[in-house]
Amino acid sequence: MNEYTPILALLALGFGFGLFSVIISGFTGPKRYNRARLDAYECGIEPTPQPVGGGRFPVKYFITAMLFIVFDIEIIFLYPYAVAFDSLGLFGLVEMVLFISTVFIAYIYVWRRGGLEWD
Amino acid sequence: MTGEFDVPKVEYALVLPLLVVFAGALIGVLIEALAPRVWRYQAQVGVAVSTLFAGLAATIQVGVGLEPLAGDVAARGDVVVEGALVVDGPSVFLWGVLLVLSLISVLLFAERRLEGGLTSFAGQAAALPGTDAERQASTRRIEHTEVFPLLMFAIGGMMVFVAAGDLLIMFVALEVLSLPLYLLCGLARRRRLLSQEAAMKYFLLGAFSSAFFLYGIALVYGYAGSFDLAAIDQAVSASTAGTPLLLAGIALIAVGLLFKIGAAPFHAWTPDVYQGAPTAVTGFMAACTKIAAFGALLRVFYVGFGGASWDWRPLIWIVAILTMVIGSLVAITQSDIKRMLAYSSIAHSGFILVGFVGLYAGSPAGEGLTSLSSVLFYLTTYGFSTLGAFAVVTLVRDAGGETTHLARWAGLGKTSPVLAGAFAFFLLAFAGIPLTSGFMGKWMVFAAAWAGGAWPLVIVAVLTSLVAAFFYVRVIVLMFFTEPGVDGPAVAVPSALTSSVIAVAVAVTVLLGVVPGPVLDLAQQAGAFVR
Repeated sequence: MNEYTPILALLALGFGFGLFSVIISGFTGPKRYNRARLDAYECGIEPTPQPVGGGRFPVKYFITAMLFIVFDIEIIFLYPYAVAFDSLGLFGLVEMVLFISTVFIAYIYVWRRGGLEWD
Repeated sequence: MTGEFDVPKVEYALVLPLLVVFAGALIGVLIEALAPRVWRYQAQVGVAVSTLFAGLAATIQVGVGLEPLAGDVAARGDVVVEGALVVDGPSVFLWGVLLVLSLISVLLFAERRLEGGLTSFAGQAAALPGTDAERQASTRRIEHTEVFPLLMFAIGGMMVFVAAGDLLIMFVALEVLSLPLYLLCGLARRRRLLSQEAAMKYFLLGAFSSAFFLYGIALVYGYAGSFDLAAIDQAVSASTAGTPLLLAGIALIAVGLLFKIGAAPFHAWTPDVYQGAPTAVTGFMAACTKIAAFGALLRVFYVGFGGASWDWRPLIWIVAILTMVIGSLVAITQSDIKRMLAYSSIAHSGFILVGFVGLYAGSPAGEGLTSLSSVLFYLTTYGFSTLGAFAVVTLVRDAGGETTHLARWAGLGKTSPVLAGAFAFFLLAFAGIPLTSGFMGKWMVFAAAWAGGAWPLVIVAVLTSLVAAFFYVRVIVLMFFTEPGVDGPAVAVPSALTSSVIAVAVAVTVLLGVVPGPVLDLAQQAGAFVR
């Protein structure tokens, strides 16, 4: 049971923080209820009503999101490599160059196909 | 704390076939990005064909150089890349088969004569069906040549899938092979809504089954404390009784793999996806995905869970019987040729499962027929006939594209006897008539299952084979002994690409039926899995 104590503590902490934030914002936050405030929170897209002409969202958002994930994953792998740089030596360098060039090829594809242009 | 890592050892020479295929796929992506549009098709086909040839050459080189394993009479090969991959006889055999079949698939993908000088893939997949954008793409003759790199990525994933020595690598490979297939399914030039529906269904159900597979991996990790198949085998064999944790893990992993195989009750996606996908992709999926998934199934269950075989055998028995019965019986009611072939492929999954569950390890000297070698042989025969059959389907057309309704195939034998003859021959091979490869494949699989003591299964398999023969023969009767309708189908004249696919498939189906020896020897030399 002892091993689970930190997990339980973290769980309690998480719940406590959530509860605390919700309650404290009711006391301290400014109370201005306008249209934007009551809208659902979304980045960039008006969730309702659906866009005119077919209800499609611009695909640009998804390309941006996918690009973000590509670079995100690159960073996730680069960071441990930076920590273990010394002990991995030449092998690590070769493998990382292979990995980065693979990501780079995907990037070139997106760039040449106009995925980086907003309009 | 500074890093105390051991530098991992990577046997580049042994994994060269994989590296070649993935490098080819990346070159394909670069061509797509940098080459001018007019050159892309030629460049992509060239790169795809030469990559797959190079991969095949590397596979042969690796296969010739496989070292016998110390203390084992049958197994040859080695565990490489820190246990992530196992390059052994079965891996190399399946790599070879997958590469040859994908080479043939590339020829089908590259066929351009049927659609007036364009491939059978959507010109611009992002354009909504029936809109101006779609018409513009077709008048400006835009093509998606990305299909060739996608095919190579899928094949690379399949090659890793059959050689994975580690459940996590297996999962990554599963995704690498699945994602390009989901995309390819939605790229048909004609009947685009059906194709997109197929892609959507395949993606949703595939993602669902991947989740099952992943959860199974997690449970097995909880039981064995390792992802490594050899370590799992030790943990499984060390305990006398299977615990619920292990059994649940095995069941969930089985769900993930049986889904890809298309075994009942996880087969529901197969007819819809096979029907909606571009026929070249259907052929590729039916042949290669099935081979890869069976390779992985064999490895996981023989190597990882071999010690618990008394626990999972009854389960696979039930699945095998269900698959054979559902595949054969439902196929009778189909009126669409692609759906009928889909149900036939489900029935074939059942027949292969019969060989798989026979668990016959062969004679103690490590020679002769085993469950493994019979399944490998069956997969080879089935792959070639299936690709050939779908290649024929691409040629029977009317103004709206392919005519897949069975009624429209009536009298095909009178209007174009050669094509109908080839198709009839493939159907006979599926039915398992002697002198075709299908007969030898079935014979081997049933013999191995019989030797392994699974005789009730063999009896069910023979009975369902008879049922299956009924609907194959029905199509043959329809083609040869029925008068053609008023607006009978026109058979398009293919270029050398599709013709050579059909010719090769017929040749292999005959050769493996008459002289199965060389390929069977290869399958037997593949021997056993390296743990």
